[in-house]
Amino acid sequence: MAMLIKERRVITESAPSPDANVIRLEPADDPAAVADRLDGVARVEVNFPKFGDGRGFSIGRLLRERYGYKGELRAVGHITRDHLCFMESCGFDAFELREGEDPHEALAAFEDFSESYQASVTRPQPLFRRRTR
Amino acid sequence: MYRYDEIDQRLVDERVRQFRGQTQRFLAGQLSEDEFRALRLRNGLYIQRYAPMLRIAIPYGLLSTRQLRKLADISRKYDRGYGHFSTRQNLQLNWPKLEQVPEMLAELATVQMHAIQTSGNSFRNVTTDHFAGVAQDEIVDSFVWCEIIRQWSTFHPEFSFLPRKFKIALNGARADRAAVEVHDIGLHAVRDERGEVGFRVLVGGGLGRTPIIGVVIREFLPWPHLLTYLEAILRVYNRYGRRDNIHKARIKILVKERGPDRFREEVEAEWAQIKDGPATLIAEEIERVAARFTRPAYERLANLDLGAIAVPGFAAWVKRNVHPHKRPGYAAVTLSLKKTGVPPGDVTADQMDAIADLADRYSFGELRVSHEQNLVLADVRQRDLVEVWREARELGLATPNLGLLTNIISCPGGDFCALANAKSIPVAEAIQRRFDDLDYLHDIGELDLNISGCMNACGHHHVGHIGILGVDKNGEEWYQIEIGGNQGETRPGAKAALGKVIGPSFARADVPLVVEKLIGCYLERRDSDAERFVDVVHRIGVEPFKEQVYGNADQRAARHHRERAVA
Repeated sequence: MAMLIKERRVITESAPSPDANVIRLEPADDPAAVADRLDGVARVEVNFPKFGDGRGFSIGRLLRERYGYKGELRAVGHITRDHLCFMESCGFDAFELREGEDPHEALAAFEDFSESYQASVTRPQPLFRRRTR
Repeated sequence: MYRYDEIDQRLVDERVRQFRGQTQRFLAGQLSEDEFRALRLRNGLYIQRYAPMLRIAIPYGLLSTRQLRKLADISRKYDRGYGHFSTRQNLQLNWPKLEQVPEMLAELATVQMHAIQTSGNSFRNVTTDHFAGVAQDEIVDSFVWCEIIRQWSTFHPEFSFLPRKFKIALNGARADRAAVEVHDIGLHAVRDERGEVGFRVLVGGGLGRTPIIGVVIREFLPWPHLLTYLEAILRVYNRYGRRDNIHKARIKILVKERGPDRFREEVEAEWAQIKDGPATLIAEEIERVAARFTRPAYERLANLDLGAIAVPGFAAWVKRNVHPHKRPGYAAVTLSLKKTGVPPGDVTADQMDAIADLADRYSFGELRVSHEQNLVLADVRQRDLVEVWREARELGLATPNLGLLTNIISCPGGDFCALANAKSIPVAEAIQRRFDDLDYLHDIGELDLNISGCMNACGHHHVGHIGILGVDKNGEEWYQIEIGGNQGETRPGAKAALGKVIGPSFARADVPLVVEKLIGCYLERRDSDAERFVDVVHRIGVEPFKEQVYGNADQRAARHHRERAVA
């Protein structure tokens, strides 16, 4: 049993069966290599082994924007609430936080920033194309 | 001055709230040292030798008097009543208290200021020419483009945890006063044959422990593609830049290891996927950003003959510290922060207030910070120059040494910085004291002397005509000297160059004498006083200077022999 955040809610998940169809990507992996296996997977996990390793942010965007992945995209590893806003913008919708980080308290971090200048998965148009003049 | 709209302000306010929470979690033991370190750094907060240091962002060096007064205020209230302007056009406060930093940030936010991404492994303050908007050789108004890049690079969701810090410089004039060749990305505005604006794109330049001149990866990038192209470069860097070794993590190492051609191919391949996508810039956005800048209400004036003003001391100041302006009857003025005895770039809170008064009265309430750590009043009426000079002199800000040897660029060094191997400030002062004769300084002519207290090169010593680097030898402070560096094409044909080390390092007390010997060699060998120190180094090489400093090869051998005999 593990707690995780999924679609901005805290849920408890039982351990997955070993034959579950899960793709796990490490930071150095190329998402292009799994692009033709994305159909029908239970989820894709991207590992963030260190607090400051930002490669997975690019992987998230590529999976969503370039390879059209629509299913669950889960960030796992050394993740605190400080990452959530940006990870969500890069297409992640599920998060396993590092030990000791309270997922209930972390939910507030999705509201850290109410806008973003850049185009991203959650805001396909950059702010300058959305501004009311 | 760019004026925030409601969204710009909201994001800065939200950042204050977020950082307040992060500080509280750290103090409550909910964030580890390492985690908080990564978070506080991206908000400009270092833990230094004696106290924390807060680096406040001054985007592209542009500052309003309201903001400067707030900085004065904050430095009195939370610090020790002074600040240090850095080579990144930012302001550093050396004595804040960790618990008070959220409060300081909240106060900064009230004047549209912040410390966002002034450190850490993220985009840093985009820098440009301190004469942007007023230079006679301007191609585009670089402030507008810098603000567009500032917005794009602020809280970028994909690129907030880069392998290492990332510095972008943009130059909008013919001469390069932004040192674009020594930045992670350098952008040089150009116009094509139809007059359309675009950018020459350089990557992989930088100083630090592996100084490299950037390489051009695109000769002409039409402006609508600016952000998608930057995005492509950053995606390649974010994915493939090294993260195993902090000293090899800058983009320059990636460009070097892959080679510029392969790097370019990767960027172009990535760009091909996102080119013409939603991040493609539109003319309305350029106009919107441009319209949010305040513009000086210039009067119609004629140029004055400043040479005809016979006030003793004034002419020397005009010659060095007053610069041509694109509008007749106006001039740009540099207020020197390089008075002998004052650490380069330092100003007191009282000086900040007085400078704000000057800028209000004489320069439309705005000023700029130069990467040479001086302040610029960009829009002064020529007829006010004598008065500005008098008042600046009263404030100790009229040292007529711009472009001269004593206009030293220096990092804070071992007096403050935890990274430094050696002190910088006392070396700067000792050199300034040795060269205190203004006539002699003018005779020596243009000379950039830069000092860094360690190989991180915050004092840009690699691109000084004379560069001084603090090194540690068995726990003692020594100084290595380079000559022949050049910050960029500030004049036609003078490309950026990295200095060459002249030989073994020196004790601190010997540094001024060594500089004097270098100058002596130059004065003997120059063709005319139009040939600068750096030109002579490039013409005759380092060897004659070495001989002057260390003696010739025979003398060196004899000394070596003697030293061995003694040992």
